Amino acid sequence: MDGRPPAGGADAGAPRTGSPLEYAPAPESRAQVVLEPGYEPFIDGEFAPAKTGEYLTTWNPATGEPLAEVAVCGEADVDRAVAAARRAYETVWRDMPGAERGKYLFRIARIIQERSREIAVLETLDNGKPIKETRDADVPLAAAHFFYHAGWADKLAYAGLGRDPRPVGVCAQVVPWNFPLLMLAWKIAPALAAGNTAVLKPAETTPLSALLFAEICREADLPPGVVNIVTGAGETGRLLVGHPGADKVAFTGSTGVGRGIARAVAGTGKRLTLELGGKGANIVYDDAAVDQAVEGVVTGIFFNQGHVCCAGSRLLLQESIAEEFLDRLRDRVSLLRLGDPLDKNTDIGAINSAAQLERIRELAAAGEAEGAEAWTAPCALPERGNWFPPTVFTGVTQAHRIAREEIFGPVLSVLTFRTPDEAVAKANNTPYGLSAGVWTEKGSRMLWTAQRLRAGVVWSNTFNEFDPASPFGGYKESGYGREGGRHGLEAYLG
Amino acid sequence: MQQTAIAEAPASNRALRDFLHGLPGVDEVGVAKRAAGLATRSVKTTAKAAAIDLAVRMVDLTTLEGADTPGKVRALAAKARRPDPADPSAPPVAAVCVYSDLVATAVQALRGSGVAVASVATAFPAGRAPLEAKLADTRRAVADGAAEIDMVIDRGAFLAGDYLKVDEEIRAVKEACGAAHLKVILETGELATLDNVRRASWLAIRAGADFIKTSTGKVSPAATPQTVLVMLQAVREHRDRTGALVGVKPAGGIRTTKDAVRNLVMVNEIAGPEWLDPALFRIGASSLLNDLLMQRTRLGTGTYPGPDYFTID
Repeated sequence: MDGRPPAGGADAGAPRTGSPLEYAPAPESRAQVVLEPGYEPFIDGEFAPAKTGEYLTTWNPATGEPLAEVAVCGEADVDRAVAAARRAYETVWRDMPGAERGKYLFRIARIIQERSREIAVLETLDNGKPIKETRDADVPLAAAHFFYHAGWADKLAYAGLGRDPRPVGVCAQVVPWNFPLLMLAWKIAPALAAGNTAVLKPAETTPLSALLFAEICREADLPPGVVNIVTGAGETGRLLVGHPGADKVAFTGSTGVGRGIARAVAGTGKRLTLELGGKGANIVYDDAAVDQAVEGVVTGIFFNQGHVCCAGSRLLLQESIAEEFLDRLRDRVSLLRLGDPLDKNTDIGAINSAAQLERIRELAAAGEAEGAEAWTAPCALPERGNWFPPTVFTGVTQAHRIAREEIFGPVLSVLTFRTPDEAVAKANNTPYGLSAGVWTEKGSRMLWTAQRLRAGVVWSNTFNEFDPASPFGGYKESGYGREGGRHGLEAYLG
Repeated sequence: MQQTAIAEAPASNRALRDFLHGLPGVDEVGVAKRAAGLATRSVKTTAKAAAIDLAVRMVDLTTLEGADTPGKVRALAAKARRPDPADPSAPPVAAVCVYSDLVATAVQALRGSGVAVASVATAFPAGRAPLEAKLADTRRAVADGAAEIDMVIDRGAFLAGDYLKVDEEIRAVKEACGAAHLKVILETGELATLDNVRRASWLAIRAGADFIKTSTGKVSPAATPQTVLVMLQAVREHRDRTGALVGVKPAGGIRTTKDAVRNLVMVNEIAGPEWLDPALFRIGASSLLNDLLMQRTRLGTGTYPGPDYFTID
């Protein structure tokens, strides 16, 4: 015997140190990204100063260094952007043959691929997420969205939405900070493919990739006004979604803000799609492929620091395997490498903003105060920047806040169940309904469970898989409307 | 340093079957995804230098051809002792792996070098021979000085569900090995599913394998990342249950430094760093060694030497 206790013993969770294979730092180069000191909004094909003269600073959340000053758009700027979008809609884009529109989208997709490394580094700097995620998920998926919708542009008559579906008009789109460019792609690609024009507002903490996208639109010779990017914070967003010139509003973000938008839009005749929060359940049955289920649970909650609306933030474990599963889970979470997001071996990056970090801390403290047991991965946190270690709460009950409220951070709440009925009941017992995962090697149980889950996406023996052909959206307080696939086109066609 | 915990012989084929089929399933898509994720690990500069030297020390330099001769084996032995004649800092490999009739030649050529002699046995590569012949093959190799025996399992029996026969053969060969280490070749390319790879791994471990090895090198696919990953999970879980450490040896298809480093990353993150040791991880290869040496020279000098600066043996 070598005297080592089995996993779950005294050393469970301790980092494996002293490896002969300590990975040396492998930072991605910043050289490809040239940051301007200040950025102006992109309206009618031009970057021109905002009328407000106000700027806000966007920071690198991993270091606390300021990256750039970005204009805050006011009423006059939003007016101008909506007017430009209207003009482009009526004079160029609406009546352009679909095949021609498709060419622009193909071109944009190709430029995203060509500039992928630059975009990935910029996104990582502005957002704090690891370069391996921007490189392997955000950017390729954004390109894939444009490729996919480019293909639809001249085939809209075959989307099952009537023989000659018409575009809606000017789309006011507001996207969050967790996947800045990817969410932009989810919004802009279908809008443009269907013949609409867009005014998009990126999140105040992550505006840079949207402004780089504006540059890409120019590089692709997209007609002026088809895509407009207005930057700013909540007030700019309110001005945009409340603008009488917008025909359609699309929002991805928190349920609280989504409610406000639904109220503002009610009665105006504008079309609305909302993709809001979630509290996804990952159900692991006792006959699951355990090692892969552990992996899926880790991906489900720790991908993108848990800043994922469809994160599997609740783990529902069958009681008979709970202890063994949790041992393996802690073992695996201990291997996650937290640190410099530009390092290619980093698994967990920085929390995007101080405000978000505060919210995560507050909810984690509430979890402990309410009696759940916290376990934290034994990783050192960098001194500067916003960081939160991967955390697993056990002994969580349905009544705890950490089981009901969206934490939007690297915090997993573990609950147990005894029977399939109980698993489904607990999974559905939430105001949200965006995503769920089911882990079992038994096909009939998989189907039985999936049929009963009230969630827009149910992943079967996997988690956080995205594809532009697959519709994404929620039930209940997770919003309405679908993005992606044939279903997603419906939001942009009359 | 390592100690295998040979489980009690199973009472019946039924009992063994119940155990093996009671293991958690393996989801092939999930394994492929995990392996692809680990393949993106970036091993550079000092880490790469350490990984290359470690990989050289883990190589089982192999020649398993019908055309093998004593001369060929002696040349290989010279390469094993001193892989890079131009650079004495290059470490020797772990072992030289030959057919059993060439063990005596290899032992003589490697005397005093610290490089072990491994011999394939048990009617390698097919394993289709009576047990008596397999045991005689093994005993002869051990008597001639082989420190390690690479046996093949009876894949036919395994696929037919006769797990007990496979188990008994491994136990018998283990006994015939005496002090020699036993590597059990699962020939995963013929087992077809990762569920079978996991079952065969556990079967071999419980029957007394010191190492579980992917392939003979005669069947494709051989050491795929997914297969190696599942085998690494098996030895890790076995350690968690019993405390005993069993080694893993991928063989076949690992030809470049990049392949080798990816294997070491999997060892590091799936089994654990204690397996990053030639006593617990080997790479069965022949052409890999020169690529490792070439990369090693490049790291040291900054330039790629041509292939003619490394010996072909």
